[in-house]
Amino acid sequence: MLDTMEKKDTVAAISTAQAPGGIGVVRISGPRARQVGDRVFRSAKGKTIRETPGYTALYGGVYDGEEKLDEAIALVFAAPASFTGEDVVELSCHGGVFVMRRVLEAVLKAGAAPAGPGEFTKRAFLNGKIGLTEAEAVMQVISAQGMQSARAARAGKEGALEKRIAGVRERLIDAAAHLAAWADYPDDDVPQVNEVELKDGLLETCEQLEQLLKQFDAGRAIREGVDTVIVGRPNVGKSTLMNLLAGCERSIVTQYAGTTRDVVEDTVVLGDILLRLADTAGIRSTEDPVESIGVDIAKNRLQSAQLVLAVFDSSSPLSQDDRELMERLRGVPTVAVVNKTDLEPQIDLEELHRSFSQVVSISARNGEGLAELSQACAQVLETTSLNPSEGMLFTERQRDDARQALNCAKEALMAMESGMTLDAVTVSVEGAVSALLELTGERATEAVVDSVFAQFCVGK
Amino acid sequence: MGYDAGAFQVAVIGAGHAGIEAALAAARLGCETVIFTINMDAVGNCPCNPSIGGTAKGHLVREIDALGGEMGKTTDACFLQSRMLNLGKGPAVHSLRAQIDRRKYSEIMKHKLELQPHLQMKQAEIVELNQTEDGKWKLLTRMNAEYTADTVILATGTFLGGRIFIGEVAYDSGPDGMFPAAFLADSLKKLGLRLRRFKTGTPARVLRSSIDFTDLEMQAGDEPVVPFSYETEGKLENKEVCYVSWTNAQTKQVILDNIHRSPLYSGMIEGVGPRYCPSIEDKIVRFADKPRHQLFIEPCGENTEEMYLQGMSSSLPEDVQIAFYHTVKGLEHVQIMRSAYAIEYDCVDPTQMEATLEFADLPGLYGAGQFNGSSGYEEAAAQGLVAGINAARKVQGKPPMILDRASSYIGTLVDDLITKGVSDPYRMMTSRSEYRLVLRQDNADERLTPIGHEIGLIHQERWEKFQQKQAMKEAERRRVEKLVFSPTEELNQILVSCETSPVTSGVHMSDLLRRPQITYEALTPVDTERPDYPKAVFENVEIELKYEGYIRRQKADIAEMRRLEKKLLPKETDYQKIEGLRMEAREKLQKVRPANIGQASRISGVSPADISVLLIWLAREGGEPIHGGY
Repeated sequence: MLDTMEKKDTVAAISTAQAPGGIGVVRISGPRARQVGDRVFRSAKGKTIRETPGYTALYGGVYDGEEKLDEAIALVFAAPASFTGEDVVELSCHGGVFVMRRVLEAVLKAGAAPAGPGEFTKRAFLNGKIGLTEAEAVMQVISAQGMQSARAARAGKEGALEKRIAGVRERLIDAAAHLAAWADYPDDDVPQVNEVELKDGLLETCEQLEQLLKQFDAGRAIREGVDTVIVGRPNVGKSTLMNLLAGCERSIVTQYAGTTRDVVEDTVVLGDILLRLADTAGIRSTEDPVESIGVDIAKNRLQSAQLVLAVFDSSSPLSQDDRELMERLRGVPTVAVVNKTDLEPQIDLEELHRSFSQVVSISARNGEGLAELSQACAQVLETTSLNPSEGMLFTERQRDDARQALNCAKEALMAMESGMTLDAVTVSVEGAVSALLELTGERATEAVVDSVFAQFCVGK
Repeated sequence: MGYDAGAFQVAVIGAGHAGIEAALAAARLGCETVIFTINMDAVGNCPCNPSIGGTAKGHLVREIDALGGEMGKTTDACFLQSRMLNLGKGPAVHSLRAQIDRRKYSEIMKHKLELQPHLQMKQAEIVELNQTEDGKWKLLTRMNAEYTADTVILATGTFLGGRIFIGEVAYDSGPDGMFPAAFLADSLKKLGLRLRRFKTGTPARVLRSSIDFTDLEMQAGDEPVVPFSYETEGKLENKEVCYVSWTNAQTKQVILDNIHRSPLYSGMIEGVGPRYCPSIEDKIVRFADKPRHQLFIEPCGENTEEMYLQGMSSSLPEDVQIAFYHTVKGLEHVQIMRSAYAIEYDCVDPTQMEATLEFADLPGLYGAGQFNGSSGYEEAAAQGLVAGINAARKVQGKPPMILDRASSYIGTLVDDLITKGVSDPYRMMTSRSEYRLVLRQDNADERLTPIGHEIGLIHQERWEKFQQKQAMKEAERRRVEKLVFSPTEELNQILVSCETSPVTSGVHMSDLLRRPQITYEALTPVDTERPDYPKAVFENVEIELKYEGYIRRQKADIAEMRRLEKKLLPKETDYQKIEGLRMEAREKLQKVRPANIGQASRISGVSPADISVLLIWLAREGGEPIHGGY
């Protein structure tokens, strides 16, 4: 049995961004990377990774036990000439989320530990391959996948975020300074600390921080992508829409209803927003046991989706299945997509407008209406109200700091309400100040460095 | 070369508050010690305010006492009035302050030094300091006596290069009309010490009978008097009162009309004054919209009619001083006995020192007090104690005593000085400690007496008394955690009268004490089995219950801080050669040469990125595994 310590020295993760059309890469890094690689990869020519020098590629297959998962190329990098500075094996497969997950599982079974968020970059950093600032910049580039996200990152760098935080921070520092003066100079002519004013100030701070945090969540939609589900009764053109968005044929598209049985995933950029798409089996009552599993998955997906693209067929009137779907989507952020506008319209658009705030007509086959769709999605996700140059929180570390500051400010308020003395209140106010200072990088603890690294995408 | 005047293990230059604690500690730890003073009548002099303690300074005095220092005991022996400041603002900021009889304070301290075995006192001005090749220090006096010492503690206060300013008049002088130390500074510069000029000031002393107290607000001491020292027993009594008055528009006018005659504004003074203790002309210029400023009229002693005008220090010419003091209510006919003055002096850049207060590049040479860029008697005494203990331990080949920020205000003071350096005279404040809910004046003994005992400055009897107190505290804590009160009418009446909610079922006494509104005193009627412990025990238990959550959190912060302090940076590290450090960080690190990562992270100009670079570098240099640590 491998003990935990040994297991953790070599880590693996799917390291390709889930972007359209790419191949999938599972990266293994650590002193046992080659050993682990050999357990899952069989070269066509019978070579082992262990005996392969750095900067060399092998062609073969990835196996889970005896089951062949995919064809693959194994790229071998020898320490220290690799991204992380360690031995690295990268298994490039044909991709597809499902296959890549199976490959990763096999690699983990073979003795690698799952890489923590940003762990490859952290290792690269710890091995002196990159500097912290470079690491942070890499992270920004990785995460800034949409244009808006890139703008937000720039705004952050250029200090828009800093300016907004500075406003909150100055106010808190003023309060803390007043409390300090009042405590340290009891005999001096320091104005009494006015508890009402202090409370008001803290309440306002809380509001501002809450607003920043809310924007962070909207900002995340831009940065990390939105879980998006395409639904609709069979054969309305869901897969055609998905393929249109993805720009390549992914789902199996046929004339016959019910051909998409699995959930197909892809990531696409729509205007400014990153959508993580799932094309689901059409939702309809079915007796076919195989298809009904697909239908169940689709229904579950609706519960967790951040955005639903509900597809309707323009060329036929709304059916019972359509109406059930409309009912199910009540309160779910949805864009109604009326497809097949190239055909004779039969649908009651009025009824759709009564149910959905955003109704967009497209012809998936002719590629018409994408701009409108993009705008409608932005409306539903409220990302249009987000002005990135205002400076929003754009990393998890910053969000944690803001949240920490918010908690401290709330704690200070609670302490005042429960009748605690102001020395305790002061400690909480100062806690909020130092959280905000950390947000802009003005304090250093090892924990800060660690959380910076936890911010890195697993796959680069 | 002078005549051979003998050899000592520890030599202390200066017998002010820093020098006294340093010399007493070193001698008590068994080192042959000599202390030099320019004037034997100036031992333990208080050339500024006749008071000891105050916010954060009171903490320092308690900590000095808890470690086995002298300041607290002497203050208890000669105080005139005592107050516990900040009552009602919370236990973290409760601070003790005492008005003292300054002559008596000086007399008691001098006598203690005289009686101290292993300690010799010399009235002499040290004019030269040199290190021989074998590491010994040579001290040359003005009278050409040459002393040899293993270690030297510089505690020169405002004597070093002292220069007094009163308006257009300026002359070389120590405080209170003493001779200055005119030659030593050159010698120190030759050793490589980075000296700079600081300045401070003091108000006039006036004749009590010339003050009209009728309309002045009186400020009495607090009863019962809480002593500074954990060793002081018996009832203490307040003997004197202070008075409060205010400046007015007229005062402001007189000062503004004459501001051009101030050496501060005419550019004669180059030294940097303390932000925290501005002269009256400073206050009036900088806070121009403030219509009035407060001043306190404090007695200087029992056997003198001199009164001190706290808050009215000045370097304006004597005639202007007379004019503006006369504008103040109660002081219309005041007779000035000693004029206010500003004094400029040499002090060192404390970032050249380590946490032991030893100079990093000059083994055996220590600095303490105003010489290190601080201000205040208490700050000086605290550093003197640290330097004295460490010099003695070095002589005896023992590991140094390093107090970190989480241990004490003393540790915070030392760390601030050596890590951040000073841009103006450093004054201790409660807001300087991030751990202030843990570093309270009520638990200084708990934090430091075990250290003082281990070092050897706490005698057996006191140690036993301390342990008894700790045992009582623990027993009492257990008792209140166990004791359950029934929801009686009597209890609920108490709770309601304290403006907190009544109970409907049994309740632990500890849970009641956790409520901010409930005190031990309030629960006396229902807590019938309360043992007969000293008041301090109950006070301590109550505070630790009420602030439990905060204390727990601060202790977690402390644990994190101490983890970083354990990552030691080698003394000989060449930061210029560490790749990845930013230029500014390299320079700052090279200058401060931090002992560990924790200290490095507190240096301004060293960013989190620089710290991570250092961590990696350390991991590599130290041969720590790159993997597995995270």
